[in-house]
Amino acid sequence: MIDVLIIGGGIAGIQAACSLQDLGLETVIVEKEKTIGGHLNDWDTLFPTFRSASEVIDYYTEETRKRALTIYLNTNVISIKKVDEGVFEVQTSRDVLFRSKSVVLASGYQLFNAERKEEYGYKIYDNVLTSADLEKKFRRLNGQPFKTPTDKTPKRIGFIHCVGSRDEKSGNHYCSKLCCVTAVKQAIHMKQVCPEADVFCCYMDLRMYGPGFEEMYREAQEKYHVQFIRGRLSEVSENSDGTLQLKVEDTLAARPCRIQADMLVLMVGMEASKNTALFKQSCNLECASNRFVKPNDHHIGSNQTNVPGLFTAGTSIGPMSVFDTVNHAKSVAFAVNEYLKNSEL
Amino acid sequence: MRNFGFATTKSRTVDYSKIDTRLIGYILENEPTFNACLSCGSCTAICSAGNLTNFNIRKLSLLIRLGELEKIHTEIDKCMLCGKCLLECPRGINTRNVIMLIKKGLTIFDIKDQE
Repeated sequence: MIDVLIIGGGIAGIQAACSLQDLGLETVIVEKEKTIGGHLNDWDTLFPTFRSASEVIDYYTEETRKRALTIYLNTNVISIKKVDEGVFEVQTSRDVLFRSKSVVLASGYQLFNAERKEEYGYKIYDNVLTSADLEKKFRRLNGQPFKTPTDKTPKRIGFIHCVGSRDEKSGNHYCSKLCCVTAVKQAIHMKQVCPEADVFCCYMDLRMYGPGFEEMYREAQEKYHVQFIRGRLSEVSENSDGTLQLKVEDTLAARPCRIQADMLVLMVGMEASKNTALFKQSCNLECASNRFVKPNDHHIGSNQTNVPGLFTAGTSIGPMSVFDTVNHAKSVAFAVNEYLKNSEL
Repeated sequence: MRNFGFATTKSRTVDYSKIDTRLIGYILENEPTFNACLSCGSCTAICSAGNLTNFNIRKLSLLIRLGELEKIHTEIDKCMLCGKCLLECPRGINTRNVIMLIKKGLTIFDIKDQE
């Protein structure tokens, strides 16, 4: 029987496995995709330093190799069951049943499907992208001039905050907390690749909560002249030439506005992954009203869940940045270690 | 009062301890969701009446919160009750009911426009 089974091979899962292995525990990682790194594989640069995301993946690939971690790729978890004597039985799509003394849920998040916000025109109008699409575009750029999906040099680009966040109508009442700073980062990046273009952000509130975030926001204003418009987008329509027409109220001017743009970027929020609901069913795991796993103690036990022996690392408990994820994954090692020492297994 | 030959203007400062809360109190009592407004302005951006007139429902709700009721009557009559704001509100506020309550409240408290 293994000590810890880790579900998810993103940075949370890998970091948790590294820390647990360093404490002398036997770990196995189960990952549904064909590579490790999770969502980070789709990202170009990270806030607030513009560090390349692949650098972080390379670091974890090397750490994985050094420790010879056991990872099962292309493996889906079907159910987690806590059987008698506190042993977990985890059924996977490979017809392998893992038995472990503890489980770490590092199954992450999924991005909001922007098609659900039909009035914003994603997948209806060519020049409407999501923040994730833009990162992929940046990744493929390789020094080439930036073009819109309809192959034009953009003159006006808009970033729309809170798409699928703080929005009862899309079922997500909570703040995704990272989209604000991601929008600022992408707006700066956009100005770097298209210095002639006007870039604006439509926001409800700007939540620059982390170290270096406010500085980035100020840089976007001062150095890059990104325009910040306080108002939530209501709807988008397309002109005959493929440009977009936005309807927003500039709430500070207290006037409804029409804005023309060549390209629109929707800042999609983070949602609990579908698997979280699946795990919830199979082992009576408690989730919060935002559908993410509910930490057993919000302040001093955020790695623990209501099920003893079942722990979380990273965004399975809510939206989290890369550095918060890494820290949360490091702390889970201590929580698991303490649990295994005190349990009678 | 003695005429000094010049006039002073009334203070523009909002005194939060002296706000006329009759109308806002009535609305919140009957439509508590109105408490959740973020002032994001999506109601105003989508507003059919706001596209044709200077009607601004978000600004109006702020004025009501501040008890500045001098021009509410004429303004609220510009609303066509189309309900697009209801579909749009990210906080799920029943905006149409809010407007109906404003109209009712103006009658109940006999609030009329002032010049």
